[in-house]
Amino acid sequence: MVGFLIQRLLQAAVVMVVISAMVFVGVFAIGNPIDVLISPDVTQQIRLDTIKAYGLDQPLWRQYLTFITRLVQGNFGRSFVFNMPVLDLILSRLPATLELTLAAVLGAALIGVPLGMFAGYRPDSIAAKLLMGLSVLGFSVPTFWIGLILILVFAVNLGWLPAGGRGATVSVLGVEWSFLTLEGLKHLLLPALTLSLFRLALMIRLARAGMREAILSDYVKFARAQGLSEAKVIWGHVLKNISIPIVTVFGLEFGATLAFAVVTETIFSWPGLGKLIIDSIQSLDRPVMVAYLMLVAFLFIMINFVVDIAYAALDPRLRAGRA
Amino acid sequence: MTQPVLEVAGLATHFFTREGVVKAVDGVDLSVARGKVLGLVGESGSGKTVTGFSLMGLIDPPGKIVAGSVKLAGRELVGLSPDAMRQVRGRQIAMIFQDPMMTLNPVLRIGTQIAMALRAHETLSNAEARRRVAAALGRVGIPSPEERLDAYPHQFSGGMRQRVAIAIALINRPDLIIADEPTTALDVTIQGQILSEMQKLCRERETALIWITHDLSVVAGLADAVCVMYAGRIVEKGDVRAVLERPLHPYTIGLIGSIPSHNRRGVPLRQIPGMTPSLLRLPAGCPFRTRCPRADAACVNDIPPQIIDGREVRCVHVNAMSAA
Ligand SMILES: Nc1ncnc2c1ncn2[C@@H]1O[C@H](COP(=O)(O)OP(=O)(O)OP(=O)(O)O)[C@@H](O)[C@H]1O
Ligand SMILES: [Mg+2]
Repeated sequence: MVGFLIQRLLQAAVVMVVISAMVFVGVFAIGNPIDVLISPDVTQQIRLDTIKAYGLDQPLWRQYLTFITRLVQGNFGRSFVFNMPVLDLILSRLPATLELTLAAVLGAALIGVPLGMFAGYRPDSIAAKLLMGLSVLGFSVPTFWIGLILILVFAVNLGWLPAGGRGATVSVLGVEWSFLTLEGLKHLLLPALTLSLFRLALMIRLARAGMREAILSDYVKFARAQGLSEAKVIWGHVLKNISIPIVTVFGLEFGATLAFAVVTETIFSWPGLGKLIIDSIQSLDRPVMVAYLMLVAFLFIMINFVVDIAYAALDPRLRAGRA
Repeated sequence: MTQPVLEVAGLATHFFTREGVVKAVDGVDLSVARGKVLGLVGESGSGKTVTGFSLMGLIDPPGKIVAGSVKLAGRELVGLSPDAMRQVRGRQIAMIFQDPMMTLNPVLRIGTQIAMALRAHETLSNAEARRRVAAALGRVGIPSPEERLDAYPHQFSGGMRQRVAIAIALINRPDLIIADEPTTALDVTIQGQILSEMQKLCRERETALIWITHDLSVVAGLADAVCVMYAGRIVEKGDVRAVLERPLHPYTIGLIGSIPSHNRRGVPLRQIPGMTPSLLRLPAGCPFRTRCPRADAACVNDIPPQIIDGREVRCVHVNAMSAA
């Protein structure tokens, strides 16, 4: 296990170095932030001074070296636009995105997996067919459209829920959370629902496929032959067996939603990371872009790591090669 | 003879598929006494497994028991409520399957799985459950059972897994065990060990055993009585020695004739000509008549089982044959 951890850590370090170089070059190619940062009518001297102050006069490889050296010291640099440390900026936006993502993906899993299991258990029932039809909708309708319709119905026409923003937040350990207040929850509901519909459809399909396969297997027949109740057969035997693909997709979707909830955050003016990255691309705020993309890569590495550990916990056969 | 613990009469299980009604089991009568072994033989698709599952009440749609009675220790099982039937399964009738690689849940510990079988019928403390589970494993010949409780199925060989399945079947001391070809997937030495252990365990506890198999030599060594199945019916039934040594039904004769060891070397093996008829379109009368060397116009009528030479046979020609 310790060997496995060390191996994974080394892998992660290599991946992060490669990603940082790719991101740095990629962001460099997008455009020169100087044109955005300085108004065109300042003197040539001020212009040169500013370029020098941001280190933009250096060749790319030197800028990268400076960046990496500072990074190793835990310094991501300062945002050109917000003029504050990038790390602080990102950490101040992360909780909003985190709670939105958690609500959407966890909600989709907690509702979708039981529904999918039911649909796989009674595939010929009307409810199961209805669920399958709805899940096709969940796959094919674009997220932004769902968001707009939800706003139109629940915020504009019915006036039950707010159309945007985070609402009141409560500070826990210095971090602001919406889900702890009723008003915050109301604000959270529509964007979380928008984000979750696709994931819900995915979870339903996955759980249904797993259930249909499991229900025909010998171990389920054998469990029934022992006189186990259907509840014990399903929750005691089947669930753990079908959870590996579910956990995999959960991890991937969690990472993807966390990193790319941009559209939904924009529609609902949710002050999260997605909005921050869109703003910083528009203003060519390089340090923010670089740090954000690296954070995303880091999150994916962490999520995959946790998923691998979950595999080992779920399936003993995967533990063997790891001792 | 003692009062049989299991009495099956006129059992019929049909599958209502899109292509038509599959009469997988069609009027089966059989009985087993305590501590006795009944061999159920017949070619692939003859309905042996469906018979076993029917006794367990585990026929899933589109299948259904359409007629007949299954009496266990005098109590009628056909028509019991699902929950009452669940309580019979595992506690009064247990079943062991063919492929030990598939019957255990790969992600649960051996001890957990056995304990689940135990707890389906009894409430007990963790310590007590663990003790009983270890004892059950020890009884089927698994060395140092306490240490093996926390193992997973993939850490066991096929033979060991089948022993675990047997331990699960035995743990609630059922009246009847249905073993559906449990040694087919194992090599010959392990097969022999498991056979003799099952025999011993069932004899000790007076458990009745139905042993489903293709292998007539297993039946010869293990069973007291034998039922020969063909296309959902029992064509010949009786004491194992009598049936194997002096088979009467043409199908039984063909089956025994096609065992390699019964033929001299160099002489081509005899086979039963033709194929198993589709259960969707069974011919009227005797289902075997399309492949039977003795078939004639008389076979078109339905034949009730008749008692000849101390056994039940379903063939119109047997009378003349045995008289001769
Ligand atoms: N769910 C089902 N739907 C339709 N037909 C079925 C179903 N289950 C079984 N049958 C049919 O019932 C017949 C008997 O099957 P069964 O499994 O009992 O045969 P068997 O004697 O156990 O054969 P084997 O020796 O190969 O195990 C087969 O023709 C099979 O096609
Ligand atoms: Mg079978």
